[in-house]
Amino acid sequence: MNLPKYLVATLISLLMFIGHAFALTADQKITLITGDNELRIGALSKVAESSDTEAIPYLQAISDDQVKIKGKQIFIVNDSDVIDAITGKAVELPDDAEDVVNNNQMRGEIDATISALNLFSKETKIRLDAAKALLDADPSAGRLVLIKKAEQQETDSAVKQILFQVRAAIEINSEDKATRLAAAKQLGESANPGNKQILSSRLGPDGEKDQEVVAEIKHSLNLIQGHMAIYDKLGQIFTGISLGSILLLAALGLAVTYGLMGVINMAHGEMMMIGAYATFVIQNLFHHYLPGAFNWYLLAAIPFAFFVTAIVGIIIERLVLRHLYGRPLETLLATWGVSLMLMQLVRTIFGAQNVEVENPVWMSGGIELATNLILPNNRIYIIGFAVFVLFAMWMLITKTRLGLFIRAVTQNRAMASCTGVNTRKVDAMAFGLGSGIAGLAGVALSQIGNVGPALGQGYIVDSFMVVVLGGVGQLAGAVYAAMGLGIVSKFLEGIAGAVLAKIFVLVIIIIFIQKRPQGLFAFKGRSID
Amino acid sequence: MNTRRNFIKSVSVIAASIALIGTAAFANAADDTIKVGVLHSLSGTMAISETALKDMALMSIEDINKKGGVLGKKLEPVVVDPASDWPLFATKARQLISQDHVAVTFGCWTSVSRKSVLPVYKELNSLLFYPVQYEGEELEKNVFYTGAAPNQQAIPALEYLMSKDGGSAKRFVLLGTDYVYPRTTNKILRSFLHSKGVSDADIMEEYTPFGHSDYQTIVANIKKFAGEGKKTAVISTINGDSNVPFYKELGNAGLKAKDIPVVAFSVGEEELRGVDTKPLVGQLAAWNYFMSVKNPTNTAWIKQWKDYAKAHNLPTANKPLTNDPMEATWIGIHMWAQAVEKAKSTDTDKVIAAMAGQTYKAPSGFVAEMDPKNHHLHKPVFIGEVKADGQFNVVWKTPGPIKAQPWSPYIPGNDKKPDEPAI
Repeated sequence: MNLPKYLVATLISLLMFIGHAFALTADQKITLITGDNELRIGALSKVAESSDTEAIPYLQAISDDQVKIKGKQIFIVNDSDVIDAITGKAVELPDDAEDVVNNNQMRGEIDATISALNLFSKETKIRLDAAKALLDADPSAGRLVLIKKAEQQETDSAVKQILFQVRAAIEINSEDKATRLAAAKQLGESANPGNKQILSSRLGPDGEKDQEVVAEIKHSLNLIQGHMAIYDKLGQIFTGISLGSILLLAALGLAVTYGLMGVINMAHGEMMMIGAYATFVIQNLFHHYLPGAFNWYLLAAIPFAFFVTAIVGIIIERLVLRHLYGRPLETLLATWGVSLMLMQLVRTIFGAQNVEVENPVWMSGGIELATNLILPNNRIYIIGFAVFVLFAMWMLITKTRLGLFIRAVTQNRAMASCTGVNTRKVDAMAFGLGSGIAGLAGVALSQIGNVGPALGQGYIVDSFMVVVLGGVGQLAGAVYAAMGLGIVSKFLEGIAGAVLAKIFVLVIIIIFIQKRPQGLFAFKGRSID
Repeated sequence: MNTRRNFIKSVSVIAASIALIGTAAFANAADDTIKVGVLHSLSGTMAISETALKDMALMSIEDINKKGGVLGKKLEPVVVDPASDWPLFATKARQLISQDHVAVTFGCWTSVSRKSVLPVYKELNSLLFYPVQYEGEELEKNVFYTGAAPNQQAIPALEYLMSKDGGSAKRFVLLGTDYVYPRTTNKILRSFLHSKGVSDADIMEEYTPFGHSDYQTIVANIKKFAGEGKKTAVISTINGDSNVPFYKELGNAGLKAKDIPVVAFSVGEEELRGVDTKPLVGQLAAWNYFMSVKNPTNTAWIKQWKDYAKAHNLPTANKPLTNDPMEATWIGIHMWAQAVEKAKSTDTDKVIAAMAGQTYKAPSGFVAEMDPKNHHLHKPVFIGEVKADGQFNVVWKTPGPIKAQPWSPYIPGNDKKPDEPAI
C-alpha cells in the first residue's frame, strides 16, 4: 500500500518541477489581462493545462482588481505598495496606468482556475475548499484535463467525492454516450441545486437526444428533487420564525406602552429608528477608537441603544404624555407629532440619506444545512436576541419591584397611589422601558435593513397589528401573534407573492378582530372599561 | 349658516392674501433675474434620492450665473419641498408657475409625481425638465425628458446579459416594486424576451410593496427558479430603500454575482451610499452615466461638485457622489439656458422650438443631443459592475449615443404613435 502513496508523492513533486519550468512568462502575463474576454479565457486555459501553481498569486491579484497596466508594464497595487509584476521590484505607479477590468464571467473563470490549481496543494483543507469552489463554478471543458489529473492523485476521499461531481458536471456534455450516462448517474447522487440546474438544462430541445441518457437524467432529477423538498419546507418555516422574531422585537416595546399603559404611541417606530442610529454612532466610535474590536461593536451598541432611547422616551413622557393619560386619541395625535419631529431631528443631524451600518463578520454568511438550505447567521442571532429580550422583559415585569409597580399602576392607578406608589415616576419608568426595548429592536433592524430617518415607518403598522392581535396588555399574546403572523405571511408569500400576501394577512386580521375583538388572549381584570 | 358664512369669509380672506402675495412676488420679480423652479422632495421617503438633485440644480444655476447668466440676467432659483406627497407636487407646481412666475421647473423623481404635475404644466403652458430614467409611454409637449427611456437602459442591459460576456443568460427573473414604472418596464421586457425566443416558462415575475424589507422568501424562490434550468439572471426594478435588504439577503443566501447576476435600474452611487457593498461586488447596474467614467469633462464636473458640496457645507460633503440623474439635471439646465439664449426669450413655446437639436458636452464623455422632435436626449448606455468601494466598473458600453424610443416598439399599438408630442 505504500507504493501508490510514494508514486503520488513523486507525481506531485514532478508537477511542482514542471510548474517551476513553466512559470508565467511576461507575454503570458500580458495576454491574461489584455484583449477581449475570449482571448483572456484562452490564455487562462493554457495556464490551467500547464498546472502552474506559481501562477496563483498573479491570478489572485487579477481577481482582486489589484492589477493595472500601461503599455508592456504590469503593476500590482496593494494599497500603497506597487510592484512591477514582471520584474517583481517595487516601482512608482504612473498616473495613466489603466485598471484591468474583470466582468463577472472573467472573474468566475479566474477564480475557477485558481481553485483548479489549488487542487494540487499539499494541504487537504485547501484542496477541499478548492474542490467545493469548483463545484459552484460554471463547468468548463478547459479544466477537464486538470481535474482528471487531480482526481487520480487525490488521497482524501471527501475531496475525491467532490471531484467526481465536478468531473460529471463537465462530462454530462461529453461526446461519448457511456460517459454521459455515468455522469448523469453521478450527478444524481448529491442533492446539489447546481446539479439540478445542470441536469435540467440538458433536457431542453437542443440538449440530450439519447433516450437512455434522458431516462437516467430524469431519474437523477427525481432523486435530487426528493432531497430538496424536505429542506424547502424547513426553510419556509425558518423564514417564518425569523420574520416572527423581528415582529416580536418591534412589538414588545409597544406591548408595554400601548398594551400596559394605553398610550397609542405613534412614535414607537421612531424609537426603533433612534436605536438603529445609536448603533450607527457606536459603530463609528469603534471604527475610530477601537478598530481592533470592531467585530464586537454590537455588544456595546445594545446597552447604549437601550439607554438612549429609554431617556428619549422618558423625556417625551415628562414633556407630553403625562398630560394626556386616559385620553388615548390625544396621545395618538401628540405622539404622531413627536414622531415627525424626531424624524426631522435625525434628518438635520445625520442627513436625509441612509447611513451605512456594517455587519460584523460573525453576523454575515450562514450555516449550510443542505446545499439548498442556508440559515443566515444574522437571522439566527436575531431570533436568539428576541428570545433574550423577551426573557429579560418577562423577568423585569414579574420578578422585580419596578415590574410589580408597573403592573399595579396599570391595573388600578388610584389604589396603587393610595398604597404609596409614586405613580408618576412609575409611568415615566414604564414608558422609558417600552422605548428602550424599541431601541433594542432598532439594533436588530440595523443589521438586516436600512438605517434611515424613515426606518420606523415601515414597522409601526406591523407592531400595532401584533399587539392588537395578541390581545392588548398581554405579553404572551404578543409572542403568539408575532410568530403566527410571521409564519402565516411567509407561507402565503410562498403561494401568492409578497403583495397579495400582505393584503391577505390584513384581511385575516380584520376578520379575526371582528370575531374576537379582545385579541387572542383576553385581559382578565377590572381595568378594561 | 353662521359657520358657513364664516367659512366663506375666511376662504375669501385667504384667497385675497394669496393674491396679494402673488402680486407682491410678481412685483418683486424685477427684470434683472429669471426665476427657475426646483421641485424635488426634501423630506419624506424620496428625500434620500431627490435631495442630491436639488443641490445639483442649485450648483448648475450657480455655474450659469458665474458665466454671466442667461440673456444677460442672473437665474434665481425658487426651491419648494413637495415632501414625497404626490398631490402636493401638483399644488407646489401650480404655486411655482402662478405665484413665483418661474420660467421653467426642474424636478420630480417618481413617475407618479410626474403624472401628478403634468396637467398643471399643460394647463398653464409651462416647462418641466424631468431628469430620471422612466418607463416611457409618454410624450408631452411641456416636458423634456433628460433621463433614459426603456430602450436607453433596460433593453441594452438585457442584451448584455444574453450575450456571451454577460453570461449568456437564458432564464430571467423580473423583480420589482409594485407601481407603474416596474410594471410597465417589465411588460416591455417580457415582450422583448418573447421576441428573442424566451418562453413564459423561463420568465418569473415578482412584485413587492414599497418599503418591503423581508426578501427571504423571494431570494429562496429565485434560487429555486435558477435550479430548474439554464443560466438565470435577475432584472431588478426594485426602487428606493428596499434594495438594501434585498442585496443583503442575496449575500446571506450565498448567491454570488457570477452565479446569478442581478442587474438593477434604480441602483446608483447614491443608493449604495448606505450599503455595505462587499457582498454586492459584481452585481450590475445599467445607466447613462457612472461616476467612475474616465474623461476630462467628468473629472472637472466631479471636482466642481466636490467644491460646491464643501463650500455649501452639504451633509454629504465628506463623501460627495455623482450619479446618473444628477448628470441629467446638469445637462437639462444647461441645455435650457442654451435654448433660451437661442430663442432670446423665456417664452415656453419659443424655448421648446429652440430646444430641438441642442447639444451639450456631458460628463458621460459623449455629446448629449436633444432629439429634434421627441423631447428626449440621445444618450450612451453603460453597464457597470459594483466594486467593493461602492463605485462601478464599466464593463460594457454602447459605441455612441442612442436615440430614445418613448413609445416602446415592444408594446402593441405603439408603432402607430408619432415620435413627437401632439400640439
